[in-house]
Amino acid sequence: MNYDRFLNPAIVAVPPSGIRRFFDLASTMKDAISLGVGEPDFKTPYHIRDAAINSLVDGETQYTANRGLPELREEISAYLAGRFSLRYRPGDQVLVTIGASEAIDLALRAMLSPGDEVLIPDPSYVSYAPGVIFAGGVPVCVPTDEAHDFRLLPEHLLPRITPRTKLLILPYPNNPTGGIMEKADLEALAPVIAEHDLMVLSDEIYAELVYDGRKHVSIASLEGMAERTVVINGFSKAFAMTGWRVGYICGAPELIGIMNKIHQYTIMCAPRQGQVAALEALRTGRENDYEDITVMRDSYDRRRRLMVSSFRGMGLHCFEPYGAFYVFPSIASTGLSSEDFCSLLLREKKVAAVPGNAFGPSGEGFIRCSYATALDKLNIALERIAELIGEIARKEVSP
Amino acid sequence: MALTKLETALLDLLKEDCRLPLEKLSAMTGASMEETAEVIDRLEKNHVILRYSPVINWDLTDRERVEAMIEVRVTPQRDMGFDAVARRIYRFDEVKSVYLMSGSYDLLVLVEARTLKELASFVSSKLSTLETVTGTATSFVLKRYKEEGVIFEGEESDRRLVISP
Repeated sequence: MNYDRFLNPAIVAVPPSGIRRFFDLASTMKDAISLGVGEPDFKTPYHIRDAAINSLVDGETQYTANRGLPELREEISAYLAGRFSLRYRPGDQVLVTIGASEAIDLALRAMLSPGDEVLIPDPSYVSYAPGVIFAGGVPVCVPTDEAHDFRLLPEHLLPRITPRTKLLILPYPNNPTGGIMEKADLEALAPVIAEHDLMVLSDEIYAELVYDGRKHVSIASLEGMAERTVVINGFSKAFAMTGWRVGYICGAPELIGIMNKIHQYTIMCAPRQGQVAALEALRTGRENDYEDITVMRDSYDRRRRLMVSSFRGMGLHCFEPYGAFYVFPSIASTGLSSEDFCSLLLREKKVAAVPGNAFGPSGEGFIRCSYATALDKLNIALERIAELIGEIARKEVSP
Repeated sequence: MALTKLETALLDLLKEDCRLPLEKLSAMTGASMEETAEVIDRLEKNHVILRYSPVINWDLTDRERVEAMIEVRVTPQRDMGFDAVARRIYRFDEVKSVYLMSGSYDLLVLVEARTLKELASFVSSKLSTLETVTGTATSFVLKRYKEEGVIFEGEESDRRLVISP
């Protein structure tokens, strides 16, 4: 049967993720070491798991309020105030979602009308552009570059703004580059945003994973920017809770209310046990100064430094990423494309990395290497990458 | 001693893998090679780091060996408390570890020998005959599941997707 008539051509036309091909390839290799994993290698801290177990034992198996457990929204509000100087009322400015992913989808669907343009820094996380298309909008790539540590500058933004531009997605700390936006960078951007009457979707899922004594700054904490920003965050990266699927979105009550309309009709509520676990994570964090996060961040930081110094030791150009858990070295000096390099790396050395161009055309010439992997495995992977680079230089291997 | 941030980082790293070369330790902590070497040297001199030794799963080898944990009740000695008898006990080659414990007994002694007979003879002829020892209870180790944070039953599987966005 031909199903063309039954499928939405706009959705069919969206290309599959560039990661897919590598996923299929890497999955067939049993003993490959993967630097392609976009989630923590820690397990959720035990006290958090325990809270969810206890809630199950106690029979807490019902729906929660659409917007999420009131206690959780209160903790989220207090957490954002304490950590990032953001002020959101738990009652009407916080919506708990199924991971940050649902939050992104809700924001796009609630805000976009057909033909609205959305600025998306390139390279960045693979879901934004498809999400914009699913919501009827038009994604507009804003190339960033390594020369500026993949920060988003006003001169990147300005040429892409048109009368149809409605929204800017601001994904920092950035996946895949590890780049961050510091306060001064955001302050340079804010007037451009205000002048062109744009809204900002600030995806801050990696906010807790910022290194080298730096601290994440939310654009919503800048004077006058809170009303122009919806902040998206969640528990996946900071608390190693990817599989629980709990995130949240915060913003003006007028916006959150409409997002909640979609959420209540399509989702009802985020899973209760995930919310209970999230509540435990924040409550305990407030009491012990977020010890869980500090321990994991310190561990990531050591591995981050190892990766940067090792790649530089191989003669690759590698800018220092201060956020997330990725390094984004340039493999341009090998003369290979990102895809060829990654294919060769997988085939010859059984190490999986993700080609930079899977995250947008500006990622060409780079590879994304996650360091959320055990230290002994990282060391083996780094040795193998160094071997491959030598072999490429001596023309012993080719794609 | 109060540990500095660098000392803490180095101890954590060496605990995980004591064969990490200096250049990697230095890269990971952000301290220079000289400083890294100096700090490790100091930790060794101060006896914070006592030895670098592997965690071995003897069960996979043909080496004959028995281990036991012995709860020992002793009479503390005047002025010396438990230290004197603990010292007597830890000097035996068979003894791997000695701990002073709270609770219903005083010392916990971890003993290793080649055979059951050897171990029994250690308890009956060496340990129990010490005059301050008033009683012992020996429990043999049947199987080791986890030691020093390392799980012995194969590698824990990574449940994550091989590649994810």
